[in-house]
Amino acid sequence: MRPVRFNIHPIQADLKNSIQMADMPEGHQGEGFFSTTLNGVVGLARKNSIWPLPFATSCCGIEFMATMGSHYDLARFGSERVGFSPRQCDLLMVMGTIAKKMGPVVRQVYLQMAEPRWVMAVGACACSGGIFDTYSVLQGIDQVVPVDVYVPGCPPRPEAIIDGILKMQDLIGKESLRRRNSDQYKALLASYGIQ
Amino acid sequence: MSTAEHHIKLPEGSIEKTTTTLNLGPTHPATHGVFQNILELDGERIVSAEQTVGYIHRAFEKIAERRPLYQITPLTDRLNYCSSPINNMGWHLTCEKLLGVKTPKRVDYLRIIIMELARVADHLICNSIMGVDSGAYTGFLYVMQYRELIYEIWEEVCGSRLTTNIGRIGGFERNFTNTAFTKLEKFLKEYPGVLREFNKLFVRNRIFMDRNIGVGPISAERALNYGFTGPNLRAAGVDYDVRVHTPYSSYEDFEFVVPVGTTGDCYDRFLVRDQEMWQSISLIEQAYRKVQEFKGAEAEVFHADVPEYYLPPKEDVYTKMEALIWHFKIIMGEIDMPVGELYNSVEGANGELGFYLVSDGGRTPYRLHFRRPCFVYYQAYEELTKGSMLSDAIMVMSSLNLIAGEMDA
Amino acid sequence: MPLTNDIIQQKLVEKFGEMVMNFTEPFGMLTFEAPKDFNLKVMQFLFDDPQLRFQFLTDLQAVHYPDQKGREIAVVYHLHNLVDNVRIRFKVFTDINQPQVFTASKLFSSANWMERETYDFFGVIFVGHPNLKRILNVDEMDYFPLRKEYPLEDQSRVDKDDEMFGRGGSV
Repeated sequence: MRPVRFNIHPIQADLKNSIQMADMPEGHQGEGFFSTTLNGVVGLARKNSIWPLPFATSCCGIEFMATMGSHYDLARFGSERVGFSPRQCDLLMVMGTIAKKMGPVVRQVYLQMAEPRWVMAVGACACSGGIFDTYSVLQGIDQVVPVDVYVPGCPPRPEAIIDGILKMQDLIGKESLRRRNSDQYKALLASYGIQ
Repeated sequence: MSTAEHHIKLPEGSIEKTTTTLNLGPTHPATHGVFQNILELDGERIVSAEQTVGYIHRAFEKIAERRPLYQITPLTDRLNYCSSPINNMGWHLTCEKLLGVKTPKRVDYLRIIIMELARVADHLICNSIMGVDSGAYTGFLYVMQYRELIYEIWEEVCGSRLTTNIGRIGGFERNFTNTAFTKLEKFLKEYPGVLREFNKLFVRNRIFMDRNIGVGPISAERALNYGFTGPNLRAAGVDYDVRVHTPYSSYEDFEFVVPVGTTGDCYDRFLVRDQEMWQSISLIEQAYRKVQEFKGAEAEVFHADVPEYYLPPKEDVYTKMEALIWHFKIIMGEIDMPVGELYNSVEGANGELGFYLVSDGGRTPYRLHFRRPCFVYYQAYEELTKGSMLSDAIMVMSSLNLIAGEMDA
Repeated sequence: MPLTNDIIQQKLVEKFGEMVMNFTEPFGMLTFEAPKDFNLKVMQFLFDDPQLRFQFLTDLQAVHYPDQKGREIAVVYHLHNLVDNVRIRFKVFTDINQPQVFTASKLFSSANWMERETYDFFGVIFVGHPNLKRILNVDEMDYFPLRKEYPLEDQSRVDKDDEMFGRGGSV
């Protein structure tokens, strides 16, 4: 018989050595000043305060509810305020199967978001249609909106969703301020039929 | 804007009309799942409501015509995903009825433990989301912690938290470990205190009562005519519970009470679900005690003898010929089913979850239909909310416990 | 005395004679068939009769048998007597070219959406239904997907690599 592990006898947290500070971007500092690129500062601010829009359709939505709960707290990464209005959110997290009937709705919500906006596809169904290779399921939301981070799993564990958020933070921290006006980005949106 | 008109249908004569059309669209924080309600409001009173479902139609019934019986279990997971073990067990019971398999008592008792845990998990979500919808977020966060403990118990048994695919046709894939039983004991020790605090927070709370009493009532005759089952029907006063009417998985060996309400409004539904959680705790305790009474060789039994659908142990596959053949046939999906047609139902968290299976002797079902309780009782939404106010529409929606995955299948 | 399948069968044959046929009992549930024009009469009788009291419609669905010419689509009703705890199954066969069946939604309000779902999947037209349009699929769909001749997967995909799916293929 295996010895009992996991949550039965929780380990006391070691707070003294485990507090992590947000890393500074690279720059010069001296007495009373710190200079860095505008990109770095803006990226730092943006990545630590992502406001997600949980577009929860099915089972992955329940795992997201578990991620937002106190056990796998998502709020410590800056996503304290989840909004349901696309006008006020940065990150569209599409969680769950998107049927063909729902595709235009995802697209409309994406269109209503203001730049800079990012999209995360959580779960196998949002990434690629998942186990439902049928006539009524959209095989991945990248058929209708451009996606930045894919989190696979069916459903992905809350740790995996948090890993996706961390990758998102990497992307956002390193993004150039000129990206949204660049030709490449415009071509990407045009390929989806979005102006 | 053409995509908007596509999904918001304005009724005839919409310029001259005196009512407002409000689209509680498929993406809305109050709709837990994707379904749409188009409300006609006269000021704040609801005149009529039209529902659109199908935003997550995944064609389960068509997929099931192409899968052997044991590969349909992951599909049933995704019906009512808040309590997927009940769906899995219901499907296994249907297959066992078709194949004529009788499971040993220990398997039945273990199944009851898992199913009642699932019922607790589902009712927890429903009741705490009713709190969230009326503005009280704390209850939800507090009980999610105990849902995590239920997830850990399931993870210990089958490996997965949410979409469990738990058990096999004939029993379980492995015996429950000591860790699972220890976690179960921790749950049984700590959870009643939590539920008592949750009750203290909501049951006699003035604001919660005002929001919910008299909202969305339905009489027993109308509920029966609409095909309500489960807690929604019991809140209306009819004590129909599939566990009592057609006992399955040895429920007849247990003592439990079926809570029944009177008016069928949101408050009654909340209280019925709450009482069902207490009954589930009692059932789990009784089942756990009965499981512990098995000693010796009987305590190692965790599945019935179904060689066609239950993978043989690996040692036998490497040494015995029949086990090797069965292993090959099961993995390659070459088992033929007996001919027959069968309707079997279980008491899901939302009501009577039925499986209508028509088999013509092939390797996959000829037709499989899921009788989904959410789909059947969502039709009554207009009758429940006519004449009430907009905020009541939200409370009715969350008290009915609509799970979109089950509604659309 | 308890309501057994024999009593139900006897009462039905008394009332309807030759019109109810094919009594079988797979797994203990009495199953019978009636011509499609009689479906409402039979259900009304089962509803009103003081001894039978089948007043709960559990399920309404259809099955497609493409090989039985003239009787391709079977609309299956599952009725439940909650007081005596008896279930029966009642089938109505219809030709696929004239799939009109009378609606049960005046008798049972739960039949409303179940008939819409049956229409959506099989194309059975329920005469007298208040709102017979597609419920689960997109409104523009022009075929009835659960009929046997239509495939499961979306045929208009271009991105599937057949080799990866074990189908040979040349992509």
